[in-house]
Amino acid sequence: MTTSERIRQILRDHGRLAADAGTLGEDSDLYQAGLTSHASVTLMLALEDAFEIEFPERMLRRRTFESVAAIRDAVAELTSSPGLKAVS
Amino acid sequence: MPGTSTAPGALRKLAEQIGADIAAPAADAVDREARFPHEVFAAMRAERMLGVMIPPEHGGAGAGIAEVAAAVQALGEHCASTSMIYAMHQIQVACLVRHGESPFMREVLARVAQEEMLLASATTEAGIGGAIRTSSCAVEEKQGRFRLEKQAPVISYGAHADGILVTARRAPDAAPNDQVLVYVPRDGLTLTPSGTWDTLGFRGTCSLGFHLAAEGDARQVLPEPYAAISSRTMLPVSHILWSSVWLGLATAAVRKARAFVRAEARKKPGTTPPAAVRLAELVNVHQQLRATVHDAVREYERLWDDTEALDAMPFAIRMNNLKLAASCQVVDIVHQAMLICGMSGYREDSPFSLGRLLRDATGAALMINNDRIYGGNAAMLLVSKDD
Repeated sequence: MTTSERIRQILRDHGRLAADAGTLGEDSDLYQAGLTSHASVTLMLALEDAFEIEFPERMLRRRTFESVAAIRDAVAELTSSPGLKAVS
Repeated sequence: MPGTSTAPGALRKLAEQIGADIAAPAADAVDREARFPHEVFAAMRAERMLGVMIPPEHGGAGAGIAEVAAAVQALGEHCASTSMIYAMHQIQVACLVRHGESPFMREVLARVAQEEMLLASATTEAGIGGAIRTSSCAVEEKQGRFRLEKQAPVISYGAHADGILVTARRAPDAAPNDQVLVYVPRDGLTLTPSGTWDTLGFRGTCSLGFHLAAEGDARQVLPEPYAAISSRTMLPVSHILWSSVWLGLATAAVRKARAFVRAEARKKPGTTPPAAVRLAELVNVHQQLRATVHDAVREYERLWDDTEALDAMPFAIRMNNLKLAASCQVVDIVHQAMLICGMSGYREDSPFSLGRLLRDATGAALMINNDRIYGGNAAMLLVSKDD
């Protein structure tokens, strides 16, 4: 499974979106697709768990989670520097 | 810039004067009859206090959040209902000032200033409870016009407002959280009252339910998503100005307690009345409340234009904590004042009567229920690492 596919699966399980996460474009706005701020917290925790990362405070922004592509970039950034991944 | 008016302190002085001269004598009748404080708003309009936050280039005085908070507090020392209406109006004005940047909305702003319009808010909706960040109703746009219908369980002073800011879904096919904020002046509104407003406190806010039907120019829909308006303006300004109402209310209670203790001390010169220690405790809590409110004002001023920080969790948690702390402390303070004043505070016909203040104070934890706010903070703290 590619990172994008894993993200879509997590979105399907935790995003409580109005649309099917599989049909969204890479850049589709997840908030417009129904991602509430409450569900976004669940999503963050699920992503942290799945990718064994921890989002630092500076990444806990609306923008970080606004699309599949944005989440993929954030995950890539955190997994490419393993020495820093748990630093907040 | 958070905005600065040409005469610092002038707004507060006006509010103190109108509070003492007009709001205070009317407060008991406003409360008893659950009526809108017409005379106070007539006086504030005459002094151009309603459009005071609007920048000078659009006809206002450009007052900042600190000045408005001080005015709200000053009014709250005399009539909590008046103070709350003024606060809620300024919350709407702040949203227009900070998020109505289109040429069309700038003209609206100039009209709000020019006519000293009173603005109300319709955020809650039947069927969604207090979850104001979701809507069920939707804006329907067609050929540059919009239509909107909303079943609003509460629109404070709705029947007395010259315009209302309404939240709704962006379009009929939009998700519940994909909201916009729509400005609707009185001439584009049909309000049908439903229910009554017979409550324990804040009776003068006349917060009846209404069926709201609106139509108008599609440019009345504010261009920014409500998510941004909420985190950058609606939420912080609401919590700061509501807390300023409660600070004013608490100040009134402390003043009564202090007067009572002084009267006791005068009866027996040379001795410290037993309640004096309680008063010392009360003043301590009051000082904490004041510090909490002022600290939040300074923090908001500091981050005023920093949209990244305003959208982030630490700021939201902090503003939520302001509301949680202030809404509980105000009840503690009035209750402590009651213990100090004793039966004189309990009586409804004494100069130390605290009944109305106590009834008003108990509403603080309920307007956006504290449990809901704790729930929001609890969720954010699962991921936020800011200390």
